[in-house]
Amino acid sequence: MAKDEFKEFKLVGTRPNRPDGLDKVTGRARYGADISAPGMLFAAVVRSPHAHARIVSIDTSKAMALDGVKAVITRADFPTGLTGEDWDLQENTMAGERALYDGHAVAAVAATSALLAQDAARLIKVEYEVLPHVTDVDEAIKPDAPVIRQGAADATVPEGSPPNVVRYMEFGHGDTDAGFAKADLVMEKTYKTEATHQGYIEPHACLGQLGEDGKGEMWVCTQGQWYIRKMCTAVLGLETSQLRVTPSEIGGGFGGKTTIFMEPLSLALSRKAGGRPVKLVMSRAEVLRATGPTASASMDVKIGMTKDGSITAATAEFRMQGGAFPGAPVDMALYCAFAPYKLPAVHHVGYDVLANRPKCAAYRAPGSPMGAFAVESLVDEMCRELALDPMEVRLKNAVRSGDASSYGPKFGSIGLIETLEATKAHPNLSAPLGPNQGRGIAAGYWFNHGGETSVSMAISEDGTAQVSVGTPDIGGSRASIALMTAETLGIPYEDVRVNVVETGALGVNEPTHGSRATFASGKAAVEAAEAAIKEMCRRAAAEWGIEPEAVEWVDGAAQPAGPNAGKFPPMTIAEIAGKMGSTGGPISGHHESVPGGVGASFGAHVVDVEVDPETGRTTILRYLVVQDAGRAIHPSYVEGQYQGGAAQGIGWALNEEYVYDKDGRLLNPVFLDYRVPVASDLPMIDTVIVEVPNPGHPYGVRGVGETGITPPLPAIANAIHAATGARLRHLPMSPPKVLAAIKALKG
Amino acid sequence: MARIEVNLWSGLRRLADGQQVVTVEATTVGEMLDALVAAHPALGPLLQAGVSVAIDGEITNGRHLPVTPENEVFLMQRLKGG
Repeated sequence: MAKDEFKEFKLVGTRPNRPDGLDKVTGRARYGADISAPGMLFAAVVRSPHAHARIVSIDTSKAMALDGVKAVITRADFPTGLTGEDWDLQENTMAGERALYDGHAVAAVAATSALLAQDAARLIKVEYEVLPHVTDVDEAIKPDAPVIRQGAADATVPEGSPPNVVRYMEFGHGDTDAGFAKADLVMEKTYKTEATHQGYIEPHACLGQLGEDGKGEMWVCTQGQWYIRKMCTAVLGLETSQLRVTPSEIGGGFGGKTTIFMEPLSLALSRKAGGRPVKLVMSRAEVLRATGPTASASMDVKIGMTKDGSITAATAEFRMQGGAFPGAPVDMALYCAFAPYKLPAVHHVGYDVLANRPKCAAYRAPGSPMGAFAVESLVDEMCRELALDPMEVRLKNAVRSGDASSYGPKFGSIGLIETLEATKAHPNLSAPLGPNQGRGIAAGYWFNHGGETSVSMAISEDGTAQVSVGTPDIGGSRASIALMTAETLGIPYEDVRVNVVETGALGVNEPTHGSRATFASGKAAVEAAEAAIKEMCRRAAAEWGIEPEAVEWVDGAAQPAGPNAGKFPPMTIAEIAGKMGSTGGPISGHHESVPGGVGASFGAHVVDVEVDPETGRTTILRYLVVQDAGRAIHPSYVEGQYQGGAAQGIGWALNEEYVYDKDGRLLNPVFLDYRVPVASDLPMIDTVIVEVPNPGHPYGVRGVGETGITPPLPAIANAIHAATGARLRHLPMSPPKVLAAIKALKG
Repeated sequence: MARIEVNLWSGLRRLADGQQVVTVEATTVGEMLDALVAAHPALGPLLQAGVSVAIDGEITNGRHLPVTPENEVFLMQRLKGG
């Protein structure tokens, strides 16, 4: 099953304790809201209660009159003239002429206590002129829908398109008409998914300090400190290098902490309050009303299939809204939708549509779960219609290395076949099922990503090492990077400390997104270690009076490369490090690049459900995740990523959605009403790590964080159909919807 | 200079005189993108906003990377992860 073309390693592939574990279980780790500073002020934000409204006036006088209130800001305190994405970020941070969604910030206040700031915020009087609004994507794309923003469409949008369409895309290959003509069965269905939030446990929190001289600091819960720096300085008109951003520990991100929402407010308040630091911590309701959920989607998919299960052609039209700003991940959704299949003819069309909802943010494989829901549901429907085994149909049509992808380029090394074969062989597929129970399978895909990466590694005087990385640790990357560094240097895992550092300490790094941290920072750390090894070999050679090329590095020590190089006992890393001051100075290595060789990842999920015919409640009985990790550096964290993706996908499939009232106000902005899965909702989630090594990484790594959330939506829909005979094409498949579908079947 | 065939996503076709595959002279990704804009200025704002380039299946943003006529080159929407 596992295909391991690499040598066995001493540390890579083992499961040591995570280096930050003790800090996190004892409360020593400092998260976003744990940071404080002398003279600190506390902020509160005034938010629009309307989905769409013109801001007529803002009166801050009563708030400013309170003792202890040190600053109030509105959009008037921000620079003007921004364009493109910078304008979008600024407008989303603080509304200008109009509030564009329920929860849109319109003013903010800083005071000497959090309670006082909240009292002051309530005294800020905002007069609105309520405007027509639209929150549903199919309504928002209609030609006569309320217009969210004139002129927001980019050059891809054909003339005459509906006013809320801001991006248009179309791509494909082959003759789809001819392909459908060859099929024995052609089916076309419409699927919808609702917006869901990333649901991280830790709300957004930051502490910002900014002086009149334009120099500032920020401590913040984020997936990317350099992105925070870039975005905050753009929104506030500052010089990038004058803002130093330190990331806190992070209580979950899943893509939702790759951008800014309220961080510039703390800086702007600080500047207005004479440079005093300002702390801003969101409530859960603020998180749900005003930070990025994923998009909602409406999707038409058509597939042609022969009696033996060959897919002859496919088309897709996806409409997605990502809130009041461009950026719904409709492109990614289309790229990923048919990615598991080798298709002779395929055509994709996508629309990015504005709506009066909060600006969407990335969420784990952005777009891919929606695309998988539509395509993998329809493939299942067709298999049942043609009485074909859905696993065999997926194997029959699966892409292999060198095949053209559905989105155009040829695949490099991929492991879909190995993943499907491992799934097929798993005992979960033969476990008996009882009454009202059903089994569903689905596949999924994510590209993975390299991105700007900078790593520095320093050898300490005792021969231990510390690695500085710019990618916050969300899923165990410290442990994985330490394992790879220690393996390369030939020293114990415990002798490597990995530090997530601030923006002043390294070159630019992209956030921990795109499943890149272990791949990219890990690859850069290995390169940095190799550079240090080269220097240590040079120093040993100088000591021995031989050429550096005559020295090799084995098991954490320099040694002569062969009998002709001379006869010297190995010089350990500790011995070399101990006298670094007298042999040329500090020993370190660093690496800066956009690492190439990114390896894509496929996964397959199998789920068994039981549906209560009286209530429509779905219970997940058994769950299996099989995914290609390339090489699992720390298998426990790979398994954790697989299980986490499945758990979030289960919530997305069964319960999670934004519920708006007729006025466009969010009705469920707390976790009691916005229901993420809790432990009692989940079974043991079994995992199988397939290892088809990625040739683009020294240890074969493929990113694993995102693919795992792509198959759960359709796998559960397919299982519910198997259990009940009812096909649900609109998520979430909550009990009332399932019950209604069952009743509809009975007529 | 080498002649590179660039596959556009077809939504860009009407900004490139109806062509889905455009041939330009270039030796690097950066030269290729610049040549595309020189030949079809309407592509400029979109390419400037950021695109990803797939070279033989590997998706990159690197302008410095070499391209040759033997490479399979696709322009893609800029990729982002979560």
